Parts: sequence; structure tokens; C-alpha cells
Amino acid sequence: MHSTTSIIRFVLIMTSIVALILAALQNGLKSKHDQNESIYSKKATLAAVSNHIAGDFATLKDNDVQKIFDEQIEQVVVDQSGKVYSTEELIERGIKEGKAENLDLSREQKKPAADRLRPVYKFTKSDGSVYYILYTRGKGLWDAIWGNIALESDLSTIAGVSFDHKGETPGLGAEIKDNKSWVRQFIGKKIYDGDKFMSVTVRKGGAKDPVHEVDGISGATITADGVSDMLESGLKAYEPYLKTIKS
Amino acid sequence: MADTAVVEKKRTISFGKKERKLLTDPINDDNPITVQVLGICSALAVTTGMKNALVMAIAVIFVCIFSNAITSMFRKSIPKQVRMIVQLIIIASLVTIVELVLKAYAFESYKQLSVFIGLIITNCIVMGRLEAFAMANRPYESALDGLGNGIGYGIILIIVAFFREFFGKGEIYGAKIIGASAEYAINTTESTLFGWYQSNNLMVLFPSAMFVIAILIWAHRAWNPKLVDVS
Repeated sequence: MHSTTSIIRFVLIMTSIVALILAALQNGLKSKHDQNESIYSKKATLAAVSNHIAGDFATLKDNDVQKIFDEQIEQVVVDQSGKVYSTEELIERGIKEGKAENLDLSREQKKPAADRLRPVYKFTKSDGSVYYILYTRGKGLWDAIWGNIALESDLSTIAGVSFDHKGETPGLGAEIKDNKSWVRQFIGKKIYDGDKFMSVTVRKGGAKDPVHEVDGISGATITADGVSDMLESGLKAYEPYLKTIKS
Repeated sequence: MADTAVVEKKRTISFGKKERKLLTDPINDDNPITVQVLGICSALAVTTGMKNALVMAIAVIFVCIFSNAITSMFRKSIPKQVRMIVQLIIIASLVTIVELVLKAYAFESYKQLSVFIGLIITNCIVMGRLEAFAMANRPYESALDGLGNGIGYGIILIIVAFFREFFGKGEIYGAKIIGASAEYAINTTESTLFGWYQSNNLMVLFPSAMFVIAILIWAHRAWNPKLVDVS
């Protein structure tokens, strides 16, 4: 039988050792983790225009992602009123290097809609055509979901999308990211009907309107509804900015 | 104390009949899911596709082996009153290590499984083996027992995932096999087998895992005479 002091000593020593090991591991791998995160979100942005990138997108290497980002992407930060922020203004607000890629997008989401900074990535394809990649964020069934939507230069036709999520169920809600054929449906849909903003809606039971609707996902109705809401509110917030490009 | 001293004398590490039994017992006669009905929670959650089931199985096998071996190494110095908490710390740190390493070197699979890696901590099989086996046996045997139980769990997981994925989505390991390929408007692959088959959505939902596991238990009992209840 162990005495109380020996139990306390055992537990203290044990937890200290475990804490040290885990802290050392976490610290040692931190830079690798950060780098992975940054490349991962850049790759997600590029996934929206994956059809327009030469080579097989799935096997794109980390430094290729960085290269495309450096050479073919122009980063812009806007807000709901369509104001474009300069690099100096952004650095003043604490954004590292004043770049859209360093925005903390989950923190922006907590601000009132009018104060939110929103990234725009202007992608120039090798043949010279330009695509605008917009970002939107919303709620799925369990936690946050977000997406990148690439618009063609008419600013209405969707060139591609990519979605991601924090904690949707694999095989159900997580299909918004994993099911490539579901994601492909968005290509060619239009967010405007003439001058009227329509967004794109995910419809349970199958799309009825071939221009503004896509099919739902079996077993993931709430996540799919979240995608519809997120597209509607997110894309609408970019409207003033899109108008300034058009004119 | 005399008994344990005798066991401790044979320090040889061999792989004989007894060791083989440690490995094969949990796969068949003493399977954690179909016989002991442990670890059902994760068997429901991760079996919608074979890919997830496979990675989960590998992660559980890893945690099982090492938590068993480590607990067994310290089995004489762990105070009996706090042994559960100590076991929990060992499991939790191993799971955290798996998570950190995956995040650094296999980022894609980390992203896909992040929710479920944490779930290993609550897997009753891991804790159950520590209590029932590792606290009373040598590290080598404990590691074998962990490996056996991990495999026994993993096999059932993959079988359940196979049925759910096949009938629920018409796919095997992510590749479309049966049913119409054009479930979504734009699809590049053509499916030839059973184009009329309508994917059964119930199989993707959680209750179906219960049905599949129940049928597996029935089949296992019917096939293995040792499991027939004589009472």
C-alpha cells in the first residue's frame, strides 16, 4: 500500500515528465505546423482555380504553391463598403506585411459585418485571363465552415470553388470538401441574374434551377444549408467592391 | 508475491504458442467489438468510409501497443489508488503525440481525422486492456496483447466500413463501383455496374452501423462454437 505522500510524489513527477515531453514536442514542431497551415490555406485558395493551373493540382508541391502565390496572385483587402485598403493601413491594423494571406479570418468573422476585412486574390492565368477569388465564412452543423469562390472576369460566372470546415462529420458534412464531383457542380453557375444578385443555393432533393442551384448532399442537409447561407451573405458583402471593378 | 517472482524469472522474449494466442484471441474468440462489445462509439462514428476506418485502425493499434507497454513497465510503481488517472495520462499523451506528429509530417490526413484522433482517448478498448492485462503482465506480452486487440478492433471497423460505404455510396475505398455515376450534375467517370442501384442513404447514417455490427455479432457467434452461451 502506498502512502499519500508517495502517491502525490509519483503523480507530480509523472505529470511533470509528460508535460515536458509534450511541450518540447509541440515547440519543436511549431514552425513546421505553422508552415503547413499557411501552405494549406494557400492551396485551398488556389483550389478554387485548380482547373486553370497547369499540371495535376492534387500532387502540387508546397514550394510550387508558394511560387504560384508569389508570381500569379495579387492580394487585395476590402471591406463591405467596397473600400480597398493600402498596405500601410493594414500594417497599422496589425496585419503582418499588410498582406491578405495574413488576415486572421476567424477573428474577422467575430467583428460586426461592416468592420470585417475581406481578402480578394486576383489570379492571373498564364494566358492572361483574370479570376477573382473571394472568401466567405459561415456555420455548418458542428462548427465553422468556409470557402473560396473564384469568379471569371464577368464577375458573375463561378470558375470554381473550394470549401473547408472545422469539424463536420467525415462522410456526411465533410463531403463539401472531400467530394470533388459535388464541388465541381458549382463551375459555370452564375451569382447574378442580369443585375439582380441571386447567389447560388444548395437544394435538397436536386437542383431545379440549372443556373443558380446545385444538388444537396445525402445526410448533410444542415451543412449544405450552411453553405447556401454562407454563399449568400459572403458574396453579397463583396458586391460594392465588384461594382468598382466593373465600372 | 511468490507467483509473480516465478514469472519474472523467465526473461526470455520468445514467440511460442502462448504468445500467438495473445495475438489471435482478440481477433477471433475474444474480439473487443463483436464479443466484448467495447469501443462501439468510435465504430459508429468512423465507419462511413474505408479510408477513415483504416487510418483510425492504425492509430488505435499504435496507441494500444505503446500504452500497454508503458503501463506494464511502470506497473509495480503505479500506486493502486490512482492507477486509472495514471493510465489516462499515458493514453492521452500518446494520442497527443500522434496528433502532433501527424500535423507536422502528414498534414492532409491530420486534417481529415483531427476530430477522431481525440476520440481514441475515450476508446474503452485501450483503457480496458490496461486495466485487465498490462497491470499484471510483462511489457513484451502487453505489447502483443495491445497489437492483437488493435487488430481485432481494426478488422471489424474495416468490415463495417466496407458494407456502409458499398451500399451507402456505391464505393469501395473512395472509388465508385456500383450505381449511377451521375449523382451530381457534372461527373467525368462512367459507371457500368448496376446503373439502376440507388444508393441507400440509411447506410451512411449512424443507425446502420448498429445494424451491421449486430449482424456481424450474430454471424460470428453462429460460426464460432466457442461463443455459444451455455448458461
